[in-house]
Amino acid sequence: MKAYDFLLAIETEEIPDWMISGALSDLQRLFLEAVQAGQGAGCGPGGPPHQHVETYATPRRLVLVARQIPEKEPDAKETLTGPPVSAGPKAAEGFARKLGIEPAQLKQVTTPKGEYFTHTRKVKGRRTRDLLATALPGVVLGIDWPKKMTWTSRTGPRFIRPIRRLIALYGDRVVPFEIAGVVSSNVASGHRRLGRDIRKVISFEDLVSRLRDNAVILDPAERRARIESGIAGWRARPNRQLLETLVHITEYPTPLLGNFDPHYLTLPEEVLVTVMQHHQKYFSVEDENGRLAPQFIAVMNIADDADGLVRHGNERVLRARFNDARFFWETDQKRPLAERVDDLKHVTFHKDLGSYYDKTQRTVEWVRRLEGNEHAQRAALLAKCDLTTELVKEFTELQGVVGGLYARAQGEPEPVALAIYDQYEPVPRTPEGQIVALADRLDTLESFFRLELMPTGSKDPFALRRAALGVVRILIEGGHRFPIPADLRGFLLERVRHYFSERYAYDEINAVLAGRWEALPDVAERLEAIHQVRPTPDFEPLAASFKRIRNILRQASFTSDAVPDPARLEPGPERDLYDRACRVRDHAGSLSYQEALAAIATLRPQVDLFFDKVLVMAPDPAVRQNRLAFLSQLLRDFSTLADFSEIVISGD
Amino acid sequence: MTFQDLVFTLKRYWAKHGCLIQEPYDVEVGAGTMCPETFLRVLGPTPYRVAYVQPSRRPADGRYGDNPNRLYKHMQLQVILKPSPPDIIELYMKSLEAIGIDLRRHDFKLEEDNWEAPTLGAWGIGWQVMLDGLEISQFTYFQQCGGIELDVVPVELTYGLERIAAFLQNVDSVYDIRWNDQVTYREVRYQEELQFSIYNFEKADVATLWKSFDLWEGECRRLLEDGRATLAAYDCVLKCSHLFNLLDARGAISVTERVAVIARVRDLAVGVAQAWAVSTVLCSPPKSENTEEVLQDFHSRFNKGLSKPVI
Repeated sequence: MKAYDFLLAIETEEIPDWMISGALSDLQRLFLEAVQAGQGAGCGPGGPPHQHVETYATPRRLVLVARQIPEKEPDAKETLTGPPVSAGPKAAEGFARKLGIEPAQLKQVTTPKGEYFTHTRKVKGRRTRDLLATALPGVVLGIDWPKKMTWTSRTGPRFIRPIRRLIALYGDRVVPFEIAGVVSSNVASGHRRLGRDIRKVISFEDLVSRLRDNAVILDPAERRARIESGIAGWRARPNRQLLETLVHITEYPTPLLGNFDPHYLTLPEEVLVTVMQHHQKYFSVEDENGRLAPQFIAVMNIADDADGLVRHGNERVLRARFNDARFFWETDQKRPLAERVDDLKHVTFHKDLGSYYDKTQRTVEWVRRLEGNEHAQRAALLAKCDLTTELVKEFTELQGVVGGLYARAQGEPEPVALAIYDQYEPVPRTPEGQIVALADRLDTLESFFRLELMPTGSKDPFALRRAALGVVRILIEGGHRFPIPADLRGFLLERVRHYFSERYAYDEINAVLAGRWEALPDVAERLEAIHQVRPTPDFEPLAASFKRIRNILRQASFTSDAVPDPARLEPGPERDLYDRACRVRDHAGSLSYQEALAAIATLRPQVDLFFDKVLVMAPDPAVRQNRLAFLSQLLRDFSTLADFSEIVISGD
Repeated sequence: MTFQDLVFTLKRYWAKHGCLIQEPYDVEVGAGTMCPETFLRVLGPTPYRVAYVQPSRRPADGRYGDNPNRLYKHMQLQVILKPSPPDIIELYMKSLEAIGIDLRRHDFKLEEDNWEAPTLGAWGIGWQVMLDGLEISQFTYFQQCGGIELDVVPVELTYGLERIAAFLQNVDSVYDIRWNDQVTYREVRYQEELQFSIYNFEKADVATLWKSFDLWEGECRRLLEDGRATLAAYDCVLKCSHLFNLLDARGAISVTERVAVIARVRDLAVGVAQAWAVSTVLCSPPKSENTEEVLQDFHSRFNKGLSKPVI
C-alpha cells in the first residue's frame, strides 16, 4: 500500500511561551490517537510509530509532521448474526433482503444459544485523507491549554489565541477541514514584517526551507542555538529559563549587546538583575572578574539592528527603569527599617489574623521559644518592614532581599541582614536565618490552623503546604532538633513523607516514622541507615520475623508491657535468643544507626531457630505468658529505631 | 512627530478603518475601558467600531511632576473593534507604521498579558505590545464585561500616547515631549501633575471622600431600581471608582477594606451592565413576541456566575 507524509501547521496569534511545549506533546498524542486507534476498519490507518511524528513551534505556529502513513485503513471482515434457524426460511429471507443478498448466501452457525443465520461481509477501510479531514478539528481543538479564549462569539471555538490559518497536507494534497471560518489550505505565513505569504507548500521540507527564506526558524532547537552562538563571548550570566522564554517568543531571534551608565552599578546587583532579567527579559553580563558589567543582552525578533535603533530603544527603557529603582532606593533610605515596625500595623496579614505588626510580634515570640539569639530576634522584628518600602511595592519579587539589603545599608549586624535577606528561601544560609524562617512559617501554620483554614484537596490559597515543607526542610537540612508542635504534627508528617519520598521507599519511611523518635534529623539518619542496610541478606528476613512476632502478639491479644522472667526461659534456642538480644540491645546504644541496624540484623539466625524449635503458644499458661512477654520486649527493644514490621518484603 | 500630530494620525487611521471618532468622556476614569463607549458598547450583539483619546487618572501614580515616566493623568488612545477582524494584528501594526515606525527595523513582540478589571467584573485575553523593550500598547480580546460573557468578542487596543510620543521624539522624559512645534508637554501639564499630586496625596479629605462614595453608591442603587436611566447610574459607578482610587492614594483603605470596597463597586458595575444588556435587547427586534420570554432568556444567561442578580 502506498504511504505518504502528513503535515499540519496551526497558525495562531502569539501563544504564551510557557505553554508551547505542553501543547506540542498534547498535539502529538491527540494525532496518534486519531490515526492509531486500533486494528481493522474504523480504527485508523495505523501508521507512524511514535518516533516518526515530530513537532515544532514558533510563537505563531504549532507544526506536526508524521512520516509514511498508509493511504487507507486496512479492509476488515464483519459478521452479522440474523434470526435463529428455528425461525424458518421466511425469517432468513427477510434477513437476506435487509442485507441485499440471496438467502442462499447466508450461513448457519452453531452458538451456545442455538443455530443462527449469519452473514460475513467485507468492510472497506476509509481513505486516510477522509479520516484526517474528519478527525483534525477535534485534534486541534482537543489541545488542553491552561486558559482558553474565544475570539468570534460566546459560542465559538476555544483555543489559546485566535487561529488564523490551517495548513494540512497529506502527501502534497490539502486535507480539507475548517475551524471558526478558517479553511485549511497550503498557504503559510512568513515573519510578520521580514517575510511574506508562502503559497503552494508541498511538504514539510518545503515549508521549513521557505519559512527560513521568510525569516522564520521553525525548530526551537535551532533558534536556541542561534541565540547561544550569538551571545558566545559576551559573558552573559547563564539563565536557562530566560533562554527558553526567548526561544519561544521569537521566530527569528538575534541577540544584541547594549550598555548602561556604570553609575547605576552603585545600586544593589539584585535590583539591577531583577529589572534586566524579569522585567526586560535581558541577560545580564559579567566582567572578567565575574562582577556585574554595565551591559545587557536583549534578543530581538528581527535579523539585525544595522542602524542601532533597537539597541538605542532598549537602552532608553532600561535607563528609565533604573532611574525609577534609584529613586525608590533613595526615598526608602530616608526611613530606616527600624522606624517602620509601627507602619506594619497598617499592612493586613489576614483579616482574621491582624496586621503584619501582629504577625511580627508572634514571630519574635516564636524565635524566643526556639532559643534564637539576639540577632535572630532582631531580624524577626525587622523582617517584614520592607513591605512598606517603595522598592518592594515596585519589585514585589524582591521581598526579603530588599529588607536584607536595607538592613545592611543601615548598619544592622550582618547576621541580622542575612537572616532578613534569606527569610523566603527554602533553607536560609545562616542559623539565625533558619530560626527566623522557621518561626515565620510555624506562626503562619499555627495561625491558619487556629482559624481552621487548612488546605483541602488541591486548594491551598495560603500556600500552607509550602510553608510546612519549608519547616520540614529547615529542621532536617539545618539539623535542628526542635520537637514538632503537637497541633501541626499530622500536617507536617505529610510533608515529611513527601520530602523523603524522593529518596526512600514508602515502607522505609513508614518503618522509621513508626519507630520512637523525637526530632526530624534523627528520622533522616535512620532512613539513610535502613536504606543502606536493607540490601544485606539478613535484613528483610528479620523484618519478616518481626512482622510474625507482631501477628502472634495480636492474635494472642497480648498488650502488656510485662518483662519476661529470664529464669522461666527454656535453655536452647529461646535462652540463646534472649542472651543475644540483650547483648545487641545493650551494645546498640553506643553504635551509629547503621551499625545498630546491622547488629540487629545479626539476630536473624537465632530468631529463625527460635521459631523453628519453640512453640510460642505453649500449653502451660505461665510459660506462654512469659514467652509472649519476651517477644513483646524484643519487639519494643528493636522497634525504637524503626518498626521493621512496616517493611514490605518482596514476594509478600 | 508632535504629540498632537500623533493623535491626529492615529485617529485618522482608525477613522479610515471604520471607527467612529468619539471625544473623551467627561467623567474621571482610570482607563479608557471604563468609558461607556467601551464598557457598555461591548455588551450585546450589535457591531461597533470606535476610537477616542481618554485622559486617564490614576491618583496613586502621581509623582508631583518629578518622575520622567510616571503621571497621575496620562492619555490613552482607545480603539474598540466589535467583532474583532481576523487581520487585527496587521491593522494594528500598520497603525504604528502610519506614525512613522518602520517595523522592519524595530523589535516588535506580543507578550502574554491578560487584562482584568475586578471593579468592572471584566477580563480579557491578550498581550502587552513591546517595541524595542518598551510597552507601548495593551491588546485585549474581551471575554467578559460586567460579569456577562460577551456575545460577540471585541478587540480593544490601548495606546500609551506619552510613551509612544517620547519614543518617536527620542526624549527621556515625558515632560520634554513636544505637544506641538512650540509648546512642550511640561508647559501644558506640569502644574496639573504637581497640584493634583498635592491634592491626591495630602489634601483630599478622607471623610469627605468616604461620604461622597456612599452618596454616589446610593444614587446608583436608586437609579438601578428605577431602571430607566442606566447611563446616569453608570456615571455614578465611575464616580465611585474614582473616589476609591483617591482613597487608595490617600492610604485610607486597608487591605481588608480594599476587597470589600472593590466588591461594592463591582456590584454596581454588574448591575448597570445587566440593566443595559437587557434594555438594548428590548430595544432591538425581539426574537420572541413574548417580552417575558425574552427577559427570562437574558436573566438566565446573564445571571449565570453572578453573586447576586441586581435586577
